[in-house]
Amino acid sequence: MPSVKIKKLLVFYEQMLLIRRFEEAAAKAYALGKIKGFCHLYIGQEAVAVGAMGALEKQDYVVSTYRDHGHALARGLSARECMAELYGKVTGCSKGLGGSMHFFDRARHFMGGHGIVGGHIPIACGIAFGSRYKRERAVTLCFMGDGAVNIGGFHEGLTFAALWNLPVVFIVENNLYSMGTPLYRHLPLEDISVKGKSYGMHSVRVETYDVWEFHEVVREAVNRARSQNEPTLIEAVTYRYRGHSMSDPAKYRPPSELERKKELDAIELCAKTLLEEGIPTTELEEIQKKVKEIVDDAVAFAESSDFPPVSLLHQYTYVNP
Amino acid sequence: MPTVTVREALNQALDEEMARDRRVFIIGEEVGHYNGPYKVTQGLLAKYGEDRVLDTPIAEEGFAGIGIGAALVGLRPVVEFMTWNFSLVALDQIVNNAAKIRYMSGGQFELPIVFRGPQGAGGALAAQHSQIFENYYAYVPGLKVVAGGTAKDMKGLLKAAIRDDDPVIFLESEKMYNLSGEIPEGEYLIPIGKADVKKEGTDLTLIAWGLTLTYALQAAHEMEKEKISVEVVDPRTLRPLDLSTILASVAKTHRVLIVQEAWPIASFGEHIAYLIQKEAFDELDAPVEILSSEDVPMPYAFPLEELVLPNVAKIQAHIRHMLS
Ligand SMILES: Cc1ncc(C[n+]2csc(CCOP(=O)(O)OP(=O)(O)O)c2C)c(N)n1
Ligand SMILES: [Mg+2]
Repeated sequence: MPSVKIKKLLVFYEQMLLIRRFEEAAAKAYALGKIKGFCHLYIGQEAVAVGAMGALEKQDYVVSTYRDHGHALARGLSARECMAELYGKVTGCSKGLGGSMHFFDRARHFMGGHGIVGGHIPIACGIAFGSRYKRERAVTLCFMGDGAVNIGGFHEGLTFAALWNLPVVFIVENNLYSMGTPLYRHLPLEDISVKGKSYGMHSVRVETYDVWEFHEVVREAVNRARSQNEPTLIEAVTYRYRGHSMSDPAKYRPPSELERKKELDAIELCAKTLLEEGIPTTELEEIQKKVKEIVDDAVAFAESSDFPPVSLLHQYTYVNP
Repeated sequence: MPTVTVREALNQALDEEMARDRRVFIIGEEVGHYNGPYKVTQGLLAKYGEDRVLDTPIAEEGFAGIGIGAALVGLRPVVEFMTWNFSLVALDQIVNNAAKIRYMSGGQFELPIVFRGPQGAGGALAAQHSQIFENYYAYVPGLKVVAGGTAKDMKGLLKAAIRDDDPVIFLESEKMYNLSGEIPEGEYLIPIGKADVKKEGTDLTLIAWGLTLTYALQAAHEMEKEKISVEVVDPRTLRPLDLSTILASVAKTHRVLIVQEAWPIASFGEHIAYLIQKEAFDELDAPVEILSSEDVPMPYAFPLEELVLPNVAKIQAHIRHMLS
């Protein structure tokens, strides 16, 4: 009998693989013109979303950025509704009105993919405030990139989180680049976690591709937020394999950086751990097959779904027009 | 005359002004090493170095303020917003500081600063990335607002904006960058505050600026097949507005259709319509009409986006309707 940890790790493996294959399918559909506009892939960062969401309960909230596909899938949005959203179809999680950058799912407390850097950080604090006010014992997880830590919304949000003891956990996904700008050219620090400390909150920097190790860090922060209403900032050092968005060839990377990072791949590392723990290869192959079926099905679903009817155009501007 | 894209025309304007005046510098996200998010600043870092082409962190309020401060001590900053959607984060700097300091100080300071970048829909970018802001800024006394529509005008206007001693909001569109057009050989300026009749006509006046100017011109040419003669007036700058050129056209055609990518309510088109009815009421054979975007946040679904935006066919239909 595999241990609880191994069972959970198998789930993490499946989720990370699902994100990877989903994003690859999205890239393909984008090249065919089925998905348009800005499309920011999550490939390479899977361990962050999966490790973090694994620490959440149903009542918890998630606030994300424009790079939201991985967060949404890890939170349990179906591959079907996510892919359909990318296709702009009415069966998508935002009915095709939001697109890649604006996944929402009220039922799963997925409070949005947000397009303006930093703008969502105070919103996450407001959600944490509201849930505490309602005594929901919910924790809000707020994702952002390394590029978001210089903008006002970040600093004002952290001020409130620490001052009012809000049950929020900030996860800064430091993938070393803010669009084409490497960290050292946009941040006068190497360690982003000092920013959390300077606001008087728990703050930690984690550099790992081991999804379990990262999961444990988030679990501790989530528990602290839930039981003591104390916020935490977690800097997750990670890497995106693709360009900033589909239109970015990422020529700014030093040679061989990508190759070196790929050697640390979290999905491969997770598979290796599972094999070492005695999980048979066939079981992993089963998972791979299942994931492929889920993604193929999601693409077929998106393809065959309809665009939103014209009547939706004016339907959601107001509750009461 | 050489033919260039709007992107190249803007690049030439920046290049020429930087070469001419050491006080001019560029600041914004990805303007240097990445050569511009839309490549408008291509090659300028290599030519002028990091002192004059400055990549910034994502901190619009911060770098807008840096520009304003530098302008107060005599530099001539060109501040690029990756898109105008992100200028909202810097709105306080632009409205409360750039537009006010000269006045509040009793005229002690000039603010020779240009804020520039693309606005409007870029194509399937959804609600937060597909917005027009010309009326937000044109509302504010102390700001000038420029919205050229051709490569030639964009180049001359940007050079004039950089040389202007007041803060200028310089509006572009992602969809315009690849449009090409002829520009004059050598140096030229297009004055701020001067409209241009882009096509002569007698039956109806189309007023359009920025991206919609291209649509308006195309529609006007198409209408000739139907023996309808449309005049196209391009204000080129919204504040100050060259009303007399507009009124002269109204006196000629007696019918006006304004085409804008903006939402209809409290838009700049409505302001122009107000001015026309006030100053040329007796010249009008019909109410001034405005063709705008649909009054909704931009949907991502691309077939719906198409319904939201003005286009050539919609303009033609509107003209036919007005003349029937
Ligand atoms: C206020 C604002 N300014 C600029 C942008 C354009 N923009 C979108 S993402 C991005 C880079 C963000 O990098 P980072 O925060 O590191 O996140 P990553 O994309 O690496 O996940 C920029 C400049 C924006 N969306 N919002
Ligand atoms: Mg980043």
